[in-house]
Amino acid sequence: MSNWIPLWLHKLGSPPTFYRFAGALQPWAMTLALLLGAVALYGGLVLAPADYQQGDAYRIIFIHVPSAWMSMFIYAVMGVAGFIALVWRIKLAEVVAMESAPIGAAFTFITLVTGSLWGKPMWGTWWTWDARLTSELVLLFLFLGVIGLYHAFEDRRQGARAAAFLAIIGIINVPIVHFSVNWWNTLHQGSTVNVFGQSKMSWDMLWPLLTMTLATKFYYAASLFRRVRTDLLALEGGKDWVRRIAEDEVDR
Amino acid sequence: MSHPSLATACSAMLRRDLTLAWRRRGDIAMPVLYALIVTMLFPFALGPEDTLLQRIAGGVVLVTVLLAMLLALDAMFASDIEDGSLEQLVLAPQPLALMLGMKILAHWITTALPLIVIAPLMAAMLHLPGAVIPVLLLALLLATPLLSLLGAVLVALTAGTRRSGMLLALMLLPLCVPAVIFAAGAVAAAQQGLPWLAPVSWLGAALVLAVVLAPLACAAALRIALDA
Repeated sequence: MSNWIPLWLHKLGSPPTFYRFAGALQPWAMTLALLLGAVALYGGLVLAPADYQQGDAYRIIFIHVPSAWMSMFIYAVMGVAGFIALVWRIKLAEVVAMESAPIGAAFTFITLVTGSLWGKPMWGTWWTWDARLTSELVLLFLFLGVIGLYHAFEDRRQGARAAAFLAIIGIINVPIVHFSVNWWNTLHQGSTVNVFGQSKMSWDMLWPLLTMTLATKFYYAASLFRRVRTDLLALEGGKDWVRRIAEDEVDR
Repeated sequence: MSHPSLATACSAMLRRDLTLAWRRRGDIAMPVLYALIVTMLFPFALGPEDTLLQRIAGGVVLVTVLLAMLLALDAMFASDIEDGSLEQLVLAPQPLALMLGMKILAHWITTALPLIVIAPLMAAMLHLPGAVIPVLLLALLLATPLLSLLGAVLVALTAGTRRSGMLLALMLLPLCVPAVIFAAGAVAAAQQGLPWLAPVSWLGAALVLAVVLAPLACAAALRIALDA
């Protein structure tokens, strides 16, 4: 009766099923990402009032904070997928972990760039060796290390397993990034948005931020689905279901 | 067939690696020479100003030792992979993690220990006050095994790849940031006459954790890297 959920999940783990599933969801996720992103940008750049201290310069928060959340979220996804790949040897988990890495690296890079653009007018410096900035930079290097290790192997599945192992070792950095502002009292401000309890931010500014967070999540999903689909075709090339897709494409 | 006891296997492993290293003594000298030359470059690059050199001495010695160890890390399993003895080790009845732990110990003795021996000389070249040198040595004694252990896990991961030198640096350096922070923190605190026990204790705690976990992780990584 209630065991259709594990059954469905089990089926989803097989490459052809996931290929179709991701193909069906990908356009929806992308549309939602673009739509929510546009709404959030309009709300953040036009509707939200200027900050009483920072003026209009604070508006970069609508890019900076969602990217920072995504950088940690994607690393966590990569770590969990890597763990699943190593323990149960599921091919799909390997692909998800490895295809998450470039997206996560991009979000981390955006976080660092927007942060330094914001830091220049507010702190008077592009960069400072603050705990949160440094740990975010380390996060970027961890992403790059995972990508580098993956591509160093000739056998892709072996490379994926090795890189997944590295991702699991590096996951210790994620809580350090998250709690760095509480543990070390340095230049970067503490958290303004609280999931539990009162946020230190007016609703006019908060809703575009939360909308943008949703938009980046959907963007990640869309981008991941597209990358995983391509990767699955490459990995499973020569199998029947891939050949059938190729034949359909030829007919079209 | 009876297996030799664990202690016999461990000491045999250690003796074998140390003998191999001793037969190629020139390789042991290389990281030491490298560290000395890098230390010598700093006064040229920054100017021979005593106060400036004194301020950066602790950090420079730590980072130089780290880089010298990184250069030598690559060789940890290289020859064993070439002649196939690493696969024999994986197949051996003794626990792989323990055997790898012995290999890491041997590697630490042959690369890190010489560097620690010349560390006072490097510190003196940069005019680090004599009173701080014991703290620097203590920090190095705790930090270098940590780097060897962490490095061993990553070397094991790259065991199946062709060109691993730069990749190893890219993977290891972010992970050893905490070790550098605490070791340099201890030296800086000692230099300013502040209590330096807290960062050293953190290093010790991290080392204890690594001694337990790293050989296991290294064994797991090696199994991943070797099954092709």
